[in-house]
Amino acid sequence: MVVAKEQESVIAANELGVLIAALLRRDYEVIGPVMRDGAIVYDSVESIKDLPAGWTDEQEPGRYRLKRRNDGALFGYAVGPQSWKKYLHPANVRLWAAERENGTFRILNQEQRLKKRYAFLGVRSCDLAAIGVQDRVLLEDRRQDPIYAARRDGVFIVAVQCIDAVSTCFCASMGTGPQARAGYDLALTELIDKGEHRFLVQTGSEAGRDVLAELGQREATDEDRQLAQAVVDRAAAAQVRHMDTTNIRELLYSNFDHPRWDNVAERCLACANCTSVCPTCFCTTVEDMSDLSGEHAERWRRLDSCFTLDFSYIHGGSVRASTKARYRQWMTHKLASWIDQFGSSGCVGCGRCITWCPVGIDITEELEAIRGTVADGNP
Amino acid sequence: MLRIEPRELSNPMAPAPYVVRSVSRETADTFTLVLEPLNGASVGSFKPGQFGMLWSFGVGEVPISMSGDTDDSTRMVYTIRSVGQASRALVTTRPGVSLGVRGPFGTSWPVDAACGRDVIIVAGGVGLAPVRPIVYRVLRNRSEYGRLIILYGTRRPGDLLFRKELALWARQPNTQVLITVDSGGQAWRGHVGVVTTLFRHARLQPARSVAMVCGPEIMMRFAARELETLGVTTSDIYLSMERNMKCAVGFCGHCQWGPHFICKDGPVFPYDRIRPLLGHHEL
Amino acid sequence: METLERIIAEHPFFAGLEAQYTTLLVGCASNVRFGAGTYIFKEGQEANEFFLIRQGRVALEIFAPQRKPTIIETLGEGEILGWSWLLPPYQWRFHARAVEQTRAIALDGRCLRTKCEENHDLGYELLKRFAKIIERRLEGTRLQLMDVYAAD
Repeated sequence: MVVAKEQESVIAANELGVLIAALLRRDYEVIGPVMRDGAIVYDSVESIKDLPAGWTDEQEPGRYRLKRRNDGALFGYAVGPQSWKKYLHPANVRLWAAERENGTFRILNQEQRLKKRYAFLGVRSCDLAAIGVQDRVLLEDRRQDPIYAARRDGVFIVAVQCIDAVSTCFCASMGTGPQARAGYDLALTELIDKGEHRFLVQTGSEAGRDVLAELGQREATDEDRQLAQAVVDRAAAAQVRHMDTTNIRELLYSNFDHPRWDNVAERCLACANCTSVCPTCFCTTVEDMSDLSGEHAERWRRLDSCFTLDFSYIHGGSVRASTKARYRQWMTHKLASWIDQFGSSGCVGCGRCITWCPVGIDITEELEAIRGTVADGNP
Repeated sequence: MLRIEPRELSNPMAPAPYVVRSVSRETADTFTLVLEPLNGASVGSFKPGQFGMLWSFGVGEVPISMSGDTDDSTRMVYTIRSVGQASRALVTTRPGVSLGVRGPFGTSWPVDAACGRDVIIVAGGVGLAPVRPIVYRVLRNRSEYGRLIILYGTRRPGDLLFRKELALWARQPNTQVLITVDSGGQAWRGHVGVVTTLFRHARLQPARSVAMVCGPEIMMRFAARELETLGVTTSDIYLSMERNMKCAVGFCGHCQWGPHFICKDGPVFPYDRIRPLLGHHEL
Repeated sequence: METLERIIAEHPFFAGLEAQYTTLLVGCASNVRFGAGTYIFKEGQEANEFFLIRQGRVALEIFAPQRKPTIIETLGEGEILGWSWLLPPYQWRFHARAVEQTRAIALDGRCLRTKCEENHDLGYELLKRFAKIIERRLEGTRLQLMDVYAAD
């Protein structure tokens, strides 16, 4: 893992404010991490003051807490409950409206244009990989989702290299981090040592170079680079969870009747938290509605989850009626079927599903149980 | 930074208006609708086995297979069983009303690949509707196909679809039509038993046949197994699968079955590809 | 005109039977004919024969109070009608009615039962074949039970 030597600069931590301003001046809507309701979430950011300086997080299965840190780091935490799909694959979209007209009907309002393009500030490597996974699903398959395309087009990405990991992270074993290597316009590694709070900046595109040119900067020294490498290495080494993806397709396809599914079904509440926080889950539903007069109709698209009973409903009942079947569907799809469908795993090892599961189900542990390397029984 | 070249020319989520020309009742809960595009526009080119998403203004959409002559580009025919709110809205519509149609979607029956071979159609219940386009195609190009064998089963005599046409097809050259019901009254003088009991009465040449099966999943599973036992190659047996569908364009994820999206990898599948999935409960 | 011997010997149901058993069966066989609507046997009657249908259609019927008789299965050319002759209490479980003019070969079950008791090899051969039929009918019946065409 060698940090590239070319195109690296160092900017002072405060210069991040100038970066945000430069993006705003280019008419981006800047989205970054903010602290709200005890969690780090994503929202519009106007200045450096909006960022959660000096905060860190502790994450365990079913547990998320923010804690103060003593170094004023701007990105000293892992990922929170939200992911960039909040903006790229939004939860509620009106697809069109229709009106009755001359004995028939007419479809109106199909445009899916944004007022401003997005700039994402603080994209972790796992989330960068997740964006890539959703790109594959929604842009590069047989069809292109026009809503995703409109939102994804021209997004400016400022990635942030992770300097630490929480206990639920397992991106290293998924090959999706902790170092972001491509797919960003700029990548920042936060360095705090000897009282100097700064960022090592890597550029990844012409657009990135263009923005960087407006910032006060100096060339990166070998010391900067070594420190940057060290913190990223530490983030990788700090990961305690791993997923062994060897032959994972064959493993899950040949274990539809493994007793572990019954075991996890006893714990799973089918609350759908995991699908909500997962950065790659893309399932949606379509809702048709009309007003009281019956003259005006709308079709909406909403995020959905395979954990709901309705998800697989056909006349006669739901195909996946039991929680067991639904958990099995989610995990098998995420880790195995996805490979057949889209050429890669659907999981990026961000660990959100583990943290935000109210009963703390751990997908890495469930997989190992099916492999047979974990003694059966409750964790 | 990713720049995207828009690929979609039209919005696949927006229905086009079609006028209902006729609504005819087939059985107590099943109706056939004939739709024509507005202003003499041409219908999208449907192939046998493909389906459209039919929309009743403001109510909802359901996936329905085309059940008419797919080579007729002036109209679309759908046979719909009323099982829920959206399908009920469709069958209670009237001539002159506009319905929305999106489509065609999905994979089709291998009618071209079956040229020169015997065609075995096994249908159950309303499953006779999605295979009717195959019969039309074969009968219109009769010399291009070998034997045509239609095996059809349903619950009771009153549930039989297209009775007049079945009788008509039975009189066609080199064609055998066998019908059965799960239970019958004394007035029924035909066969009683599940559709698989018809196989032994059919003039089958399994090794020369392409089989197309459509009906409830359990029925298709047993029929496919029986066909395989009789000697039809598993890659020559085709099933039309069904799952919950919302978008029909491969994005909503609802229709997934194992790694397959029924809306784009199906609904028509060769049996050898899906056999491992069929045996599993709640997949 | 085919002889009984040839029909029985060549029928798939009896395939693989030793020649001596085939001859025995022929000795218990006779041609029968039923007009349309005739009841071949009724539920509860003693079951002393089984039939190899050569032509026509036979409906198996069940009666229930307040309901019209329901046909639960029909059998046609080449199929075997009746296994209740083989197992105690040797009683028919339902009615069998010829739907149309039906020709069959009737085999004397009472005679065969005695022979099976004397010769267990013959008994085993017949039981194997009938077990297969019962299995298929059971599978079919179970599918019918599932009412797969129901709306809900």
